[in-house]
Amino acid sequence: MNLASVDPHLADLSNKLIYSAMAVYTLAMFAHLFEWTFGSKGAIAVRSAEQSGGLAATLAAAGESKAARKVTVTVAAADGGTTTLTRTALADAGATVVTSGRGDGSGVDGPGAAGTSERGDLAGRIAVSLTVLGVLLHAGGVLTRGLSVMRWPWGNMYEFSCAFGLTMMLAYLGLLVAGKKVRWLGLPVVLAVLLTLGVAVSVLYTDSEQLVPALHSYWLGIHVSTAIICGGALYAAFVATVLYLGKDSYERRVEAGLPGGPLRIPVSVWERLPAASTLDKLSYRINALVFPLWTFTIIAGAIWAEAAWGKYWEWDPKETWSFITWVAYAAYLHARATAGWRGRKAAYLALLAFACWLFNYYGVNIFVTGKHSYAGV
Amino acid sequence: MSDTKTVTADGGEGDVERLSTAPEEVEAPVGIGVFGWARWTWRQLTSMRVALILLFLLSLAAIPGSLIPQNSQNAFKVQTWKAAHQGITPLYEKLQLFDVYSSVWFSAIYILLFVSLAGCIVPRTWQFVGVLRAQPPAAPRVLTRMPVYAAWRTDADPEAVNAAAHRLLRGRRFRANLAGGAVAAEKGYLREVGNLLFHFSLFALLAGFAWASLWSGQGGKLMIEGQGFANTTTQYDDFTGSAFYSVDDLDAFGFKLDGFTARYQTSGEQIGSARQFTAHIRYWTGTDAEKLTKGDIEVNHPLEIGSSKVFLIGHGYAPVVTVRNAKGEVVYKGPTPFLPQDSNLTSTGVIKVSDYGKKDGKDVDLGFNGYFLPTAPVNFEKTGPISLFPDAAEPMLVLTAFAGDLGTDSGLPQNVYQLDTSHMTQLKQDGDIARVRLKPGQGWELPDGYGTVTFDGYKQWASFNVSHRPGNAVALTGAVCAILGLIGSLFVQRRRIWVRATASPDGTTLVELAGLARSESARTAEELAEFAVDLQGDAPALDEPDPDTSTDGPEPAAVPAPATPADPDSKE
Repeated sequence: MNLASVDPHLADLSNKLIYSAMAVYTLAMFAHLFEWTFGSKGAIAVRSAEQSGGLAATLAAAGESKAARKVTVTVAAADGGTTTLTRTALADAGATVVTSGRGDGSGVDGPGAAGTSERGDLAGRIAVSLTVLGVLLHAGGVLTRGLSVMRWPWGNMYEFSCAFGLTMMLAYLGLLVAGKKVRWLGLPVVLAVLLTLGVAVSVLYTDSEQLVPALHSYWLGIHVSTAIICGGALYAAFVATVLYLGKDSYERRVEAGLPGGPLRIPVSVWERLPAASTLDKLSYRINALVFPLWTFTIIAGAIWAEAAWGKYWEWDPKETWSFITWVAYAAYLHARATAGWRGRKAAYLALLAFACWLFNYYGVNIFVTGKHSYAGV
Repeated sequence: MSDTKTVTADGGEGDVERLSTAPEEVEAPVGIGVFGWARWTWRQLTSMRVALILLFLLSLAAIPGSLIPQNSQNAFKVQTWKAAHQGITPLYEKLQLFDVYSSVWFSAIYILLFVSLAGCIVPRTWQFVGVLRAQPPAAPRVLTRMPVYAAWRTDADPEAVNAAAHRLLRGRRFRANLAGGAVAAEKGYLREVGNLLFHFSLFALLAGFAWASLWSGQGGKLMIEGQGFANTTTQYDDFTGSAFYSVDDLDAFGFKLDGFTARYQTSGEQIGSARQFTAHIRYWTGTDAEKLTKGDIEVNHPLEIGSSKVFLIGHGYAPVVTVRNAKGEVVYKGPTPFLPQDSNLTSTGVIKVSDYGKKDGKDVDLGFNGYFLPTAPVNFEKTGPISLFPDAAEPMLVLTAFAGDLGTDSGLPQNVYQLDTSHMTQLKQDGDIARVRLKPGQGWELPDGYGTVTFDGYKQWASFNVSHRPGNAVALTGAVCAILGLIGSLFVQRRRIWVRATASPDGTTLVELAGLARSESARTAEELAEFAVDLQGDAPALDEPDPDTSTDGPEPAAVPAPATPADPDSKE
């Protein structure tokens, strides 16, 4: 066991990196705000132009290739109305290109935060670049924190918060790299990470030190890592759920012929967001993806508990709230498969489940004493 | 509990409109007697809506147990809580709020949930077996009614197109059936397999829990350095068995605590935080108590002997004290474990001298109440008797003495960590309570000629939990299967594709394709497009004057109110 070895220089560097990351994230947040501001005009025009343009371009490209096979698929819309949209697959030398209109929902995706504005787009690009820089600094901070004590850097709430903010940012950048159009997520995600890091450095901070004996286990690397990944992803799903509820209200207002957007947020903001059905699907996909991992986290924790305390389940407050969170997310997944619960009701369930998760993290660690008392606050 | 609720026996043609999984509004039966009511109750219980409500209730019911101290975790804390809230304690006790997780109401919720689950999952299994034994449901008559649709005209022979579609769909690992001039294909059965596996695994988990609670036993033992322990009930400080595990089932082994190592953070913000606890032991198994094996027990590393595990639970200090009577005879000698009160191991304890003998012709017992401070402050004026650091850097023993009747001869069991002073008087010196602070090696001459006390030093003690818990393997298997099942049921998409090639009066062949997603987030449109492109290798499309006229099928206006494209509970 490596005792008493703390490298103060690395620990200090880690703190500086985390603060620098916060500064850069703040700049990225301002850049995103500019993006949203500049892009507030002409949002509707781009929507149709972009889509028809994209389709035409692909069709034109197909025309040049003689070997192209073309199939148009009719996709019925959910609202049963007249909006049947088409997808065209073009085969050229074995490759299939699918140009997709929106076929799986009534709404149409907005063009994103920048709208048609070139300045907005530039601001958005600057924001993403700053975010990348912030993530590098952030990752450096987490890494040096771990290196300063030569262990996994998540032994207390401060370290856990830093790591979980990082996984959230990595998930977001991962989606961007994968070519998904998720830049509209930038502002809420950067706000979320600033909030998380802000709470971490101001309330939860504790010096870099070795661990109490209860945490001397390789399960720290397994159980806590997966908990961190779940946390970051659930946070992202939460953001998508909230935006879904807003966009859905907006779409209902439009349908009912009401002017203005919900929550007194200007129409142009809502217009630039993806369609409610897209947001709903995104939050469902993330939650469904995380659910098995969260199950694994609880089970890994139970195995560790068996080794450390002699029983794999003792209804310790942390265990209990993990279970409550699990049941809440299970209820959400079931609700989505039950008529009359789909849509907004299921979304409220997702919010409730995330609230359980938050309480399990902040509430149980700070206000409830149990065996998981490693918060360091 | 299932993620989709069965509405019809099998997804044949014609029930496309019935996509709802909502339990059909079961109206309360009128005048159909007991059987009817039972049937109605059963239907309600196994409906998804009630399962959802039960899930809600389960998480709601788990909350009080995390906020109110529980007997199962810390009986001592429960006592403290009860003492502080005497008014409300009787009500809480009636509601079983100190034993939430074994309470009637908590059990009722999860038992109902499991009954509901069984009522849903068993019929679903039979139904799924039926689905597997049958061919994929035949193509609907009107393919344009399907949520995803494509069509084109070709010169190829209808039968050849159908055969090619059958071959290609099989190549894409669909279960395909060519019959009646059309191909019906389905894929993604693993979704339902995963779904069923997950829900059955929950039963395995429950069985593991039940096994553990019926066949488990555990006991606690506090040992001072140098002491030994044999695994029999008489040697335990406390032992709890269960319905099928009694003292006769204890594994034969024993161990001796040779020493205990504790290390703490010595600087910085987290000064005093524990960094290492290791109990150094030698143990024996079976009948041969002479053959000893060396071992260490640490917090995350229990010692496994037979079907038992020995866990390190706590540690503390045991001051070694010698008490002599007025004649100088030793009436008490040895280490006495004191219990830690805070993270710096400020420890309290009592020393009971029941063999003091006679004083002034009367039988007398001596009792000492005391603090052991591993690192004592220079003076107590500001802090009181509080240790500054958990390691024994400046050990000090603080004692007050009592004389009288300890009550140990009454035959009633006594708490060894508490002094019953109801028949004792506190010794005084010069009118004040007699109190002394001793460093190792120092002695104290008791007032009123009761003799002397010397503080010889201290030893460490460690407390162990010996536990026998079967059923872990069952629970673990259940857990692993549950995760596998979840992955299958959430990530596999179940979908159907139909192909029908028919000869048209104009001599060409109309190829129609349709797809139906039976779970959320299935990409049926893309899949159908890719498949169609493949199929055009065998059935090349004829040039159409305007591609848009063919897109919507033969009669664009006839496209009816369509079904939701990605509907998780389209009939099953």
